[in-house]
Amino acid sequence: MVSAAEAPSRTLKMPEEAIPERFFKGSLVRVRFTAPPGHVRTPWYCRGKVGVVERNCGAFANPEELAYNRAGLPAQPLYRVQFLNRVLWADYVGHADDVTEIEIYQHWLEAV
Amino acid sequence: MTAVTDGLASPHAATRDDEDSISYYRTMQVAVQELLIAKGVFSAADVTATVAAMDARTTARGAAVVARAWLDAAFKHRLLTDAPTACAELGLEMGPLKLIVIEDTPDTHNVVVCTLCSCYPRMLLGIPPDWYKSREYRSRCVREPRAVLREFGTDLPDTVRLRVHDSTADMRYMVLPLRPANTAHLSQTELAKLVTRDSLIGVTLL
Repeated sequence: MVSAAEAPSRTLKMPEEAIPERFFKGSLVRVRFTAPPGHVRTPWYCRGKVGVVERNCGAFANPEELAYNRAGLPAQPLYRVQFLNRVLWADYVGHADDVTEIEIYQHWLEAV
Repeated sequence: MTAVTDGLASPHAATRDDEDSISYYRTMQVAVQELLIAKGVFSAADVTATVAAMDARTTARGAAVVARAWLDAAFKHRLLTDAPTACAELGLEMGPLKLIVIEDTPDTHNVVVCTLCSCYPRMLLGIPPDWYKSREYRSRCVREPRAVLREFGTDLPDTVRLRVHDSTADMRYMVLPLRPANTAHLSQTELAKLVTRDSLIGVTLL
């Protein structure tokens, strides 16, 4: 069995093993519209939607790998992406500038 | 269970432990815990100490951070740009998870949800309320956030923009609410007492 000391840390940051960042504050990005099997942390409601990078959050071991007890390295850059609510929901009721900001890993994003 | 506080009376005592049923997952949790103790990974005392440490974290921590930010513009700036470091100045260690503090302004209000599970800044706010973990809050807070806020008694004017923060990965979020009017005479301790848990999640205003 794996001892506590040997178990991979979910939040261990390893910048030296991080994938380079492709996007920056203000970058226009589209969330990939895909439905891979297994554990993912990209909400369904933003898939295929276009948003703007609000900030870079650093790089983290990929949770889709960690979920299966793998190392999740190299670390994936994480972004906060801001979407207009009326883009997320065609029938959204509220202020036209209301937004939702979602943390999304780089491998889920493509440049627009 | 009695709520342990940081020295201030808590308006949000810990919820009653649900001992009504031995479900499949409860049985599995007990079995795994017993196995881990038997194999020496940790002890029963470790479990007790961890539960006590979790119960000791309350909204009073987040309230103290907010009161300080209201009084100290330089601290507020550090809090909004690097929240873990700013909190460490107050002796509050955030651990490995990153904290982001988002500021309410007269024309923008913020609210926090975790649609995928129930991520919550426990290091500052303690144990989340049950409604925060409910499927209804988690789905409706992104789908129709203004309707959800109205149900909390928060009727946002049409002129105020809403930012919903979906806590889907490694960040944790706390709202820095607007300082209430007519509080210029209050001390930091007195200001902290005005700050409620729900205002730090963003479902209510102060």
